[in-house]
Amino acid sequence: MSTHKAALCKVQILKLFLTSARCGRITRFHGVCGLSTSTPASSAKVCIVGGGPAGFYTAQHLVKTRTDVQVDIYERLPVPFGLVRFGVAPDHPEVKNVINTFTQTAQHARCSFHGNVRVGKDVTVEELQEAYHAVVLSYGAEGNRTMGVPGEDLAGVYSAKDFVGWYNGLPRNSELRPDLSCETAVILGQGNVALDVARILLSPVDILKKTDITQHALDALAESSVRRVLIVGRRGPLQVACTIKELREMVNLPGTRPEMEASEFEGIAETLKSLARPRKRLTELLLKAAIETPGEEELERRNRAERAWGFRFLRKPLEVLPSTDLIRAAGIRLAVNRLEGDGEGVRAVATGEVEDVECGLVISSIGYKSLLIDPAVPFDARKAIIPNTMGRVQQTAGLYCSGWVKRGPTGVIATTMNDSFDTARTLLQDIGKGTLDVSTVKPGSQGVSTLLEKRGVKPVSFSDWEKIDSEETRRGEIKGKPREKMLDVGEMLQVARA
Amino acid sequence: MSVASASIQFFTRLLRYRTKCAVPFHAASRILISPYLPQVFGGNKVLLGTCAQPLRSEEKVTVYFINRDGRKITTSSAKGDSLLDLVVEQNLDIEGFGACEGTLACSTCHVILDQKVYNQLGPITDEENDMLDLAFGLTDTSRLGCQVCLSRDLEGITVRVPDRVNDMRRSDDAGPTL
Repeated sequence: MSTHKAALCKVQILKLFLTSARCGRITRFHGVCGLSTSTPASSAKVCIVGGGPAGFYTAQHLVKTRTDVQVDIYERLPVPFGLVRFGVAPDHPEVKNVINTFTQTAQHARCSFHGNVRVGKDVTVEELQEAYHAVVLSYGAEGNRTMGVPGEDLAGVYSAKDFVGWYNGLPRNSELRPDLSCETAVILGQGNVALDVARILLSPVDILKKTDITQHALDALAESSVRRVLIVGRRGPLQVACTIKELREMVNLPGTRPEMEASEFEGIAETLKSLARPRKRLTELLLKAAIETPGEEELERRNRAERAWGFRFLRKPLEVLPSTDLIRAAGIRLAVNRLEGDGEGVRAVATGEVEDVECGLVISSIGYKSLLIDPAVPFDARKAIIPNTMGRVQQTAGLYCSGWVKRGPTGVIATTMNDSFDTARTLLQDIGKGTLDVSTVKPGSQGVSTLLEKRGVKPVSFSDWEKIDSEETRRGEIKGKPREKMLDVGEMLQVARA
Repeated sequence: MSVASASIQFFTRLLRYRTKCAVPFHAASRILISPYLPQVFGGNKVLLGTCAQPLRSEEKVTVYFINRDGRKITTSSAKGDSLLDLVVEQNLDIEGFGACEGTLACSTCHVILDQKVYNQLGPITDEENDMLDLAFGLTDTSRLGCQVCLSRDLEGITVRVPDRVNDMRRSDDAGPTL
């Protein structure tokens, strides 16, 4: 009787082990522990160029949706995460929470990260296409639009991309050394990046010193003489491109007061009732800061404030005016505009009037711009994106794109997330339909490793990055910061290989 | 509940209790994570404390989600503070939900409620309204799931996840960008 029961129990246990749920769990545990699941030879091998949000979200959707897809992410720098690391402002750490999701993706058994590999230089896109069934270009926008005005090359004039890169530790901007010894800074552009720059320029150092802002930026800002920041746009208050969260942060920024011209807001209050909710709330807040008479407490706070900020509208840069020694910026000449048309057709038109503003720091925040990294990739130089239809690169089978290089450099991380999921879906559809042939055996990362070795390039793995991450965190802890970023690629590689 | 998922839940509960972090795994992912995720991975994980009265473990609340594809998901939670926590803990397959992990830095946990339920809930802060402004398909009964606290009063509610969660900050929009 007992042996019969024992046998029954054994059968039950065996059954439990064999149910799909349990099998599924074991597979997933294999994934978590990083044990090599034998990826079937017929698995689709996908290569992603760019280790920022677009790259990681595309990878996430691919590995999550099909169990026979292997994804390799190639990134130019030894460190992953792109603009989440180098673009998001230091005082917005919660926006960086997405890194946790990216980390999971990178640690998935069917995904691997290869840092320190420059696609276009260390390996070509054609070579990647030979090694993989599909290549997804997600390398973002590392250039910026220029104002195209005389004096743009003077000392004291920077693109917002470089300025943000400087305080966020992007290696190529580590030597920027911006001169903050002037009283007034003028920012061209009124999007969220412009507001980030204004906020970092005017934030109390006591707040900044607890963030992951780079030490050299912190030191420079502690010595900064900048007391007034003007945020200048071509059009009017109703066309301002920033969003309300960032505007509210400026309004509430300790030690600062808003200073704007009431005349620039004429007629705006009357339009409020016809505006859609987001624009309405944004404009209400703007009017409150710009022209409303403050209450007693707020008035006192403003009187005590030593720093000021304000929007200036209907102004377009014509020239950066040089100092007497002709070396640095001493002012900016602006054309005065007026608005024509209404609704979405509103256009800025020059009036012929001109205005000079004295300033020693000029930051142009008029847009990032994607660049061509490999001649084999079709590129629309006018729009500065890769021509594509729903993520399929035009005229090139097996080539896809996601993120800013696909859509243009606007939107937030969530926008890129949805876009990347779209591209991944398109790719998977193509596999399903057979348009993308995954039946041939491709060498994948093995093939690329061979090439890289021959060329003396040593990729950085995700666990190598974790060593860099630990070291940065350790250095930050000493100073009460979340991390102290390494600024030098050589140093990153040294720590990665230790 | 298997031993595996019970222990994952225990460890994440422990982690949250100790460090007051948002549960650090993405709802849409089927990838199980190691419970020993280091505290700092480059992000701040402090939940903006909205749910002052978390359910006690013996109180279960059933919630019906209508996913983007129209499919109904029935779920109940014995613990958890907000709708986002519920989605995360029950590992519901709602892709891209809760990208910022409940810190009011995105609008990807946007949900649509019935008028009655909406009216029951507390006032909406400026910070939540600021992020709601950017949500795709905003309605008069929209909330961010990370700010809706579960309570016995919410037993049996239906929560609709709108199609294409998408911040309004995108290039083809006439409105604010970046």
